[in-house]
Amino acid sequence: MFRNNYDNDPVTFSPQGRIFQVEYAAEAVKQGSVVVGIASKTHAVLVALKRNAEELSSYQKKLFPIDEHVGIAIAGLTSDARVLSNFMKQQCLSHRLTFGRDMPLRNLVDLIGEKAQMNTQHMGKRPYGVGLLVAGVDDRGGPHLFEFQPSGMTEEMVAFAIGARSQMARTYLEKNLESFADCGKEELIRHGLKALKESLVQDRELTVENTSVAVVGVEVKDGKRKVEPFKVHDGQEVSAWIEGAADDKEGDEEGSAPAAAAGAMDVDA
Amino acid sequence: MAAMFSQNPIMNGPNYSFNDAPRVNAPEGARQHRFDPYTDNGGSTLAIAGADFAIMAGDTRSTSGYSINSRYSPKVFKIGGTTSDQHDATLVLSVVGFAADGEALKEKLDAICKMYRYRHGKAMSVEACSRKLSMILYQKRFFPYYAYAILGGLDEEGKGAVYSYDPVGSCEREQCRAGGAAASLIMPFLDNQVNFKNQYEPGSGEGHALQERERRPLTRQEVEILVKDAFDGAVERHIEVGDGLQMMVITKEGIEEIYLPLKKD
Amino acid sequence: MDHRPQAWGRPRDDIYGAYDASYLHSNGPKQATQAPIVTGTSVIALKFKDGVVIAADNLASYGSLARFTDVKRLRNFAGTSVIGFGGDVSDMQYLDRHLEDLAIDEAYDTPEPSDATAQGHLNAANLHKYLRNLMYSRRNDFNPLWNQILIAGLDSESKPYLASVDLRGTTFTAPSLATGFGAALATPIMRRYAETDEEASKLSREEAVDVIRECMKVLFYRDARSMDKYSLAVVTKDGVEISETEQLEKQSWAFADRIKGYGTQTV
Repeated sequence: MFRNNYDNDPVTFSPQGRIFQVEYAAEAVKQGSVVVGIASKTHAVLVALKRNAEELSSYQKKLFPIDEHVGIAIAGLTSDARVLSNFMKQQCLSHRLTFGRDMPLRNLVDLIGEKAQMNTQHMGKRPYGVGLLVAGVDDRGGPHLFEFQPSGMTEEMVAFAIGARSQMARTYLEKNLESFADCGKEELIRHGLKALKESLVQDRELTVENTSVAVVGVEVKDGKRKVEPFKVHDGQEVSAWIEGAADDKEGDEEGSAPAAAAGAMDVDA
Repeated sequence: MAAMFSQNPIMNGPNYSFNDAPRVNAPEGARQHRFDPYTDNGGSTLAIAGADFAIMAGDTRSTSGYSINSRYSPKVFKIGGTTSDQHDATLVLSVVGFAADGEALKEKLDAICKMYRYRHGKAMSVEACSRKLSMILYQKRFFPYYAYAILGGLDEEGKGAVYSYDPVGSCEREQCRAGGAAASLIMPFLDNQVNFKNQYEPGSGEGHALQERERRPLTRQEVEILVKDAFDGAVERHIEVGDGLQMMVITKEGIEEIYLPLKKD
Repeated sequence: MDHRPQAWGRPRDDIYGAYDASYLHSNGPKQATQAPIVTGTSVIALKFKDGVVIAADNLASYGSLARFTDVKRLRNFAGTSVIGFGGDVSDMQYLDRHLEDLAIDEAYDTPEPSDATAQGHLNAANLHKYLRNLMYSRRNDFNPLWNQILIAGLDSESKPYLASVDLRGTTFTAPSLATGFGAALATPIMRRYAETDEEASKLSREEAVDVIRECMKVLFYRDARSMDKYSLAVVTKDGVEISETEQLEKQSWAFADRIKGYGTQTV
């Protein structure tokens, strides 16, 4: 009876000026499990909550490397994300082949933004049903974090979370916004995991099975840039970080960070 | 009839159009300059496979005719690492001949190794890479990469592996191979010193009674010395070889790069 | 009235041969540069402690005719690098326009750099790689840009960077480089001062400029397609300084005194 007549394709506005197909795509992003990204002056991290369809199945991957200096976290349709991921890989590779340098993140994100926008303005096309957090480093100001939405919107962020129940994670991030810039790698991961925990449903915990952490960093030492390549950590590699984030549930004191860092080192080695 | 199309004013008729003018080809003997897309940048490469290692080597001189472009222009490259600094690479490619084609070949193979890593989550094996390289070269069969490539690494059993190629992709796994300007000078030396050709057991007799010297795998140290000797010899006898010797030693621990000076004359 | 073109000045076929209108026909094989027409001669460059010095004279020759005498063959790229062109001048001007577009595209994304080490911009090494790919793909199409190009600037670690690329896409780097005649005449002189990167890193700016000026003089003495007006640029981390009105000084033609063909000889 109240059938919506304006959501059959992405080329038709509703009388209220909305494009429903694009909004539905944004809903698809909210169906995906939560991912969190934070950038400091030296690092950018992505942390993700992985879901398994059932007890017997494996966990869906959430973090993907794109090039040595950049990676993505996805929320929404994984198969749509793969299309974007492959496209980004190709672009980074060809930029490296042409200029011999890391592709600047802004350029990369603009490319997928335009690609996604095309799908919102052509009859017979479907917007991507996935949102991305793009984290990486380049020589235009070090670490960056970008948000990408199916509408084609892209925006640089200090910290952000997308996916199911991500509002709670964003609230945590907003509360701690001031402290991120000067965080080291370990502190940043701890903040990321804590934000992630805020978004968990009741009785769920972060485990080595359902948590992924990815880090990329850059260090400038007497004029020389040294990039710490984008690396995804899964399974036992993240156990120390999970424990570190569990240690002091309430406090955000920086004092406990070095201890957590040391702990993580021990396990990694 | 021909007069109809002549533009000679003595003739009558409407002979004005440019189209009527007979096409004139370049006069006899005139030659048009043609662009030659190839050149030879000289230099030489060498690869030897050992029991649990492989050594790839090349001189670092780049030439154009009689002039030296550069004294340090490497032609031995690490391939297939995760990052552009190739710190965790497992394969080595050497290219000699036309340097621009060599470089293009290297970049192409490296990009393929990188995509392989993305898709499969592991490094490309030397066997897989050797096949791919052969395909890349053959795909340009009618406008070839003018480069003699050698690919080195460790095979699935951990043994040293060396694959050599011609510019159109013929490929063979070998114990050792020399390529480039001084290949013909180095290869016979290698036959004798690596595969012990023409070496016989002393006092084993004459003619058919001669016993060949038993072959044994060389140690890394022996091979390094052999490579240096081979290049020192080539430098003496070939003008396009010299300046520096770049060696990549591939072992299961990784790839070690060694640079030794050669004569600069 | 005789209105046939021949009566109005069109050359007569029986005297001059038929007009070859083949160039007017768009069908037939595609034309590509098969030889350079108006050419620039050597470009020379030398690294020193904090950067690179590069020079080229201001002459563009048409065969052996000194056709254009005020042609700038050094080009500033985005205030971070200098590119020196030898070979065909029209191809140089095409590249110049192309690089201008590239620099503008780059500048959209990032603010104007304050110096040559400004991060986030195409540095000389990036630029060299780009030009190599451009030249190599043109040679693959059998439609080469008939140039040999030197690229001077700083690399990603802010160290002096000097490299060459030619019409076939061949590349190399060295402490000193020269194109054309300079490869034979100037390189040996420059190598006396900077055989290795280590030696080059001990040269002061003044020393390097002096060596380059000396080389320009030798080239003027011995290269018939050269001129005594030249451009000289220095790239350091402080940016690019190009002077396009240099004049060869303290010339001495004494050596030519007894060489037949040089100078004003009466016999």
